[in-house]
Amino acid sequence: MTTLDISAPRSGAKRSGQRSNFELYSWLFMRISGIILVVLVLSHLVIMNLLDGGVQRINFAFVAGRWSSPFWQIWDLTMLWLAMLHGTNGMRTIINDYAERNQTRFWLKMALYTSSGFIILLGTLVIFTFDPNIG
Amino acid sequence: MSVITPIGTLYRGGEGMWTWVLHRITGVSVFFFLLVHVLDTALVRVSPEAYDLIIATYKTPIVNLLEVGLVGAVLYHALNGLRVILIDFWRRGPRYQRQMTWVIAAIWFALMLPGTYFMMKHTIEAMFGSTS
Ligand code: HEM
Ligand code: HEM
Repeated sequence: MTTLDISAPRSGAKRSGQRSNFELYSWLFMRISGIILVVLVLSHLVIMNLLDGGVQRINFAFVAGRWSSPFWQIWDLTMLWLAMLHGTNGMRTIINDYAERNQTRFWLKMALYTSSGFIILLGTLVIFTFDPNIG
Repeated sequence: MSVITPIGTLYRGGEGMWTWVLHRITGVSVFFFLLVHVLDTALVRVSPEAYDLIIATYKTPIVNLLEVGLVGAVLYHALNGLRVILIDFWRRGPRYQRQMTWVIAAIWFALMLPGTYFMMKHTIEAMFGSTS
């Protein structure tokens, strides 16, 4: 009678090559940023469109008044970064889903990251360098 | 029940698919709006006149209507996003996912009906005279 040879379980086996947890973190980030964005963006929409006169009362002086307070500066800055990163990551998923050729994927993502980087930078700069006495 | 699913596609139809399609469409639309929105806000660095000029377009009837659409899109994406999060993290989420779809639809209508009226109030009054 031969001894039963039970091979070692596979779970502990080393996988070949480096694997990263990037997709797991990105999945988690979509959910965490989403929960925070509910508060930030929905309040932003209520303030801008419903409170005292809504969109009709928005002008330069209105923005100057709001950005004189660090509270709204930080609010807008957080909203800018979270919404842009969340949206960019979502767009990355969509490109991966629909663009089938490697070349197409690559260039679409480059265009996406370039525009997103530019918008995040611009929005950040605008908040930090805002000058109520311009012009 | 014999549902014939074409080979080579994962789309299965039903509310599960349509909530997802809508989530995707609203996500993309809001993303493109945000790109433009940061550009128009950046005009505060050019001059008060330039900013007021671009904001004036936000106050016209057609754009006002588009804003209602934008708010509706964001609201749907937010509610459905919370539903997706509950399906993933809440123990009973998967079992109640269908009921949650009807709950978010109800919340969406309950907020959008008065929301649309108050967002459009000024435009309605400007076009058809005061309502009060
Ligand atoms: C029709 C709807 C909207 C109106 C009327 C509106 C109005 C404004 C105004 C007046 C500002 C200037 C800053 C301030 O006063 O706080 C601003 C900034 C901002 N809004 Fe909105 N907003 C709308 C929708 C949205 C949506 C849907 C988002 C997010 C997805 C958003 C994200 C932002 C961000 C990130 C900033 C800061 C921009 C920067 O850093 O330069 N807004 N918005
Ligand atoms: C208001 C609060 C928000 C919540 C709760 C939320 C939630 C979510 C969640 C959970 C996902 C992942 C869906 C999945 O993995 O199947 C997602 C995807 C996405 N979100 Fe949001 N989100 C919010 C705001 C935004 C904003 C402001 C934008 C645009 C700047 C945006 C754009 C997207 C895009 C493009 C996707 C990818 C859609 C897809 O893969 O089908 N979201 N959102």
